[in-house]
Amino acid sequence: MTSDTQADASPRRARTWRDIDLRAVAPFAALFLLLIVGAMVNPNFIGLNNLSNVATRSAFIAIIAVGATFVISSGDLDLSVGSMVAFVASLMILFMNSGVIADPALMLLAAIVLTLVIGSLCGLVNGLITTVGRIEPFIATLGTMGIYRGLTTWLSQGGAITLRSAEQQALYRPAYFGSVLGVPVPILVILAVTAIAAFILYRTRYGRHVTAVGSSRDVARYSGIAVDKVRTAAFIIQGLCVAIAVLLYVPRLGSTSATTGMLWELQAITAVVVGGTALKGGAGRVWGTICGAFILELVGNIMLLSNFISEYLIGAIQGTIIIIAMLVQRSLARKT
Amino acid sequence: MISGRDEARQPVLVGERISKSFGDVQVLFSVDFDVMPGEIHALMGENGAGKSTLVKILSGFEQPTSGRILLDGQPVTLPRNGAAESLGIVIIHQEFNLAEHLTVAESLYLGREVTRFGILDRRFMRRETRRVLDELGSHIDENALIGSLAVADKQMVEIAKAISRDARIIFMDEPTAVLSREETAILFREVRKLREKGTSFVFVSHKLDEVMELTDRVTVLRDGQWVKTAPTSALDGEAIAQLMVGRELSSLYPAKHEPDVDEEVVLSVSGLSTGYVRDASFDLRKGEVLGFSGLIGSGRTELMEAVAGLRPRASGVVSIRGKQLVAGDFRAANAEGLAYMTKDRKGRGLLLGEGMTVNLTLQAIDQHLRHGYLDPKSEAKAMMRAKRRFDIRVRDEHVRAGRMSGGNQQKLLLAKIMEIEPNIIIIDEPTRGIDVGTKQQIYHFIAALAREGRSIIVVSSEMPEVIGLCTRVAVMREGRIVGMLEGEEISEQQIMRYAAGLRRQLAS
Repeated sequence: MTSDTQADASPRRARTWRDIDLRAVAPFAALFLLLIVGAMVNPNFIGLNNLSNVATRSAFIAIIAVGATFVISSGDLDLSVGSMVAFVASLMILFMNSGVIADPALMLLAAIVLTLVIGSLCGLVNGLITTVGRIEPFIATLGTMGIYRGLTTWLSQGGAITLRSAEQQALYRPAYFGSVLGVPVPILVILAVTAIAAFILYRTRYGRHVTAVGSSRDVARYSGIAVDKVRTAAFIIQGLCVAIAVLLYVPRLGSTSATTGMLWELQAITAVVVGGTALKGGAGRVWGTICGAFILELVGNIMLLSNFISEYLIGAIQGTIIIIAMLVQRSLARKT
Repeated sequence: MISGRDEARQPVLVGERISKSFGDVQVLFSVDFDVMPGEIHALMGENGAGKSTLVKILSGFEQPTSGRILLDGQPVTLPRNGAAESLGIVIIHQEFNLAEHLTVAESLYLGREVTRFGILDRRFMRRETRRVLDELGSHIDENALIGSLAVADKQMVEIAKAISRDARIIFMDEPTAVLSREETAILFREVRKLREKGTSFVFVSHKLDEVMELTDRVTVLRDGQWVKTAPTSALDGEAIAQLMVGRELSSLYPAKHEPDVDEEVVLSVSGLSTGYVRDASFDLRKGEVLGFSGLIGSGRTELMEAVAGLRPRASGVVSIRGKQLVAGDFRAANAEGLAYMTKDRKGRGLLLGEGMTVNLTLQAIDQHLRHGYLDPKSEAKAMMRAKRRFDIRVRDEHVRAGRMSGGNQQKLLLAKIMEIEPNIIIIDEPTRGIDVGTKQQIYHFIAALAREGRSIIVVSSEMPEVIGLCTRVAVMREGRIVGMLEGEEISEQQIMRYAAGLRRQLAS
């Protein structure tokens, strides 16, 4: 009897160990490792102040990357997000400067709504070009990347667009610099956006459809899933996330220029991939993505605090990280 | 040993007692096969009889599990992956191995380009290509892009390619499946010309009339076993068909349950055409199991996908219980209670990287929504139910679909489409690539579903399956429904006659 139950229990125990998907754990292990390295490099690093600063600064990339998780999970790619940040932010500031609404609070509210709408529309455009236009997402968003960037440059006439009203700036500042119960607002926004995204991806019909479409368009189609709608919606979510990032970005500097958000698309994609989402679609990992965004920002921070690597090398280091992440992902891939 | 009629002539290629197993499944049982020089040898058998495997073994794409291969009387181990071309053994696949963006000349010399001082000698290659094409009497322009050629011309390029490589034995797998009557005639003329020069052909085909017309000898395989090799002149179409089938139906199949003649018509298709399917019409009654038989490429899948709305239709009407379906709208068809089970369970049926539950509930995910979000408990319950109902057996509950056995995958796929509670179920190749025990289970599931009052269409290339399951059988050939068999008429010989074009009912 006893030996029977043992024989029954042991494979189960072994299975739970084997069942842990290393790809899901890897980014968090890497984050932990980085924290240790950071602490060794500079004792100030591990302080709550520094870490909360790092997290705050990672907010833009983290939030954009959450959107990118949807697009990449559904098997697409959006290269236009960096330009989209600049474009949406410019329109937001121009609207606030226009003074069409007298009351500053109402004006701010309207601007926020408008920003979210514009962001979604930018995403919709990307989605329609890829699905209805049947153009590879890489090419489609390469095109809109140029378009959004070019429109920004034209709007700003090559210079900067700055929020003029000091009153509005004062009113809007806390959106980035404020804190609630000691936690900076951007960190709260990251947590909220990620939690909602995780819920959508893992616990709704739409999330399941994203996984299916990203894993196999054919299987999705033969399962009666409206593949094009699912893909387009992922692009809209991406646009919405860009708009949320803009809502945090504008109060920070109160200004945008033609170079705003330059190369952010690469950082966002890096964060997603480092976080364990497969670039070929399918498995989306929202919390991993946030982890990836933190890792990117932490690496920069460690370089800044250390004396032996020039901070001018940060781009090279981030490029190395994405390559290492891909290699790790492939080596950890469970054999079929 | 070979007939003994001419001792001087030695076969170019011999397969002796060739056996082959894939995993636990044995597909060839000690088969003997030989090819004489300047001979056209037909290799015949039903789908799954082992023809393709034998061809792959004799051309080096597979290694036999046991048995040996003799080339010019010498035992050889054929090099893998098409390297046997260097020995003069060439295989022309049903789907061509031609890159659409290359020219004819480039295709002929692909992989063995001729260079002068390290630079491609394009003039030489073009000239040689022209010479080979002229020899074949072909009008194809050597500079034309492969993509711009008609199917028959592509076939001709494949043959030219084989000749330019000094092929001695050319395997042709269903070469005429994609050709028109005229194109077939041209192909046969060229093949005969080459035969006169001593080239040997192995001609794999289902078309009895073409085999009778073209070939010198026939070898018939059945269920992986050698049945007979005889001169074609000693046989007729009927005899070959007998040899190919000649098997009794066992208790593999559940008792048939014929629906009443006045039972309501649930699905009605009339005048449906797509790019390939022409003017297909049929009715399906409540509780009926209707079979669709025919050769591979006869348009059955295309017709069914058009009925289900997975593929646009050029014309025709599909109605369920009198209500017309919008063309090309699969979801609407689902909503009307029509489900389609694909034959490609790995590519189109299941998400191989996901677990069983995600796959099971994918098509009917709405059932598991509570206040707009997914309820894992409800999904788990559905999984329990499906496992019991369709006897899905796995050792690990969290196994990914891609790691399950073919039989369990097929049961999971059936369970998946049954989640939408369909009344009309189109099952394309219900038992492709699964073991006989699971086959039997699936047959019983199908019969049980019909007894519940659901209507089922079984599309199958395995004739015994259609005969064992269905009370009516439609036979398709070249995109048309050429016969509708009932009762006593349903036999392998009858189906074969229609499928091979020996007989046809004129549609009224």
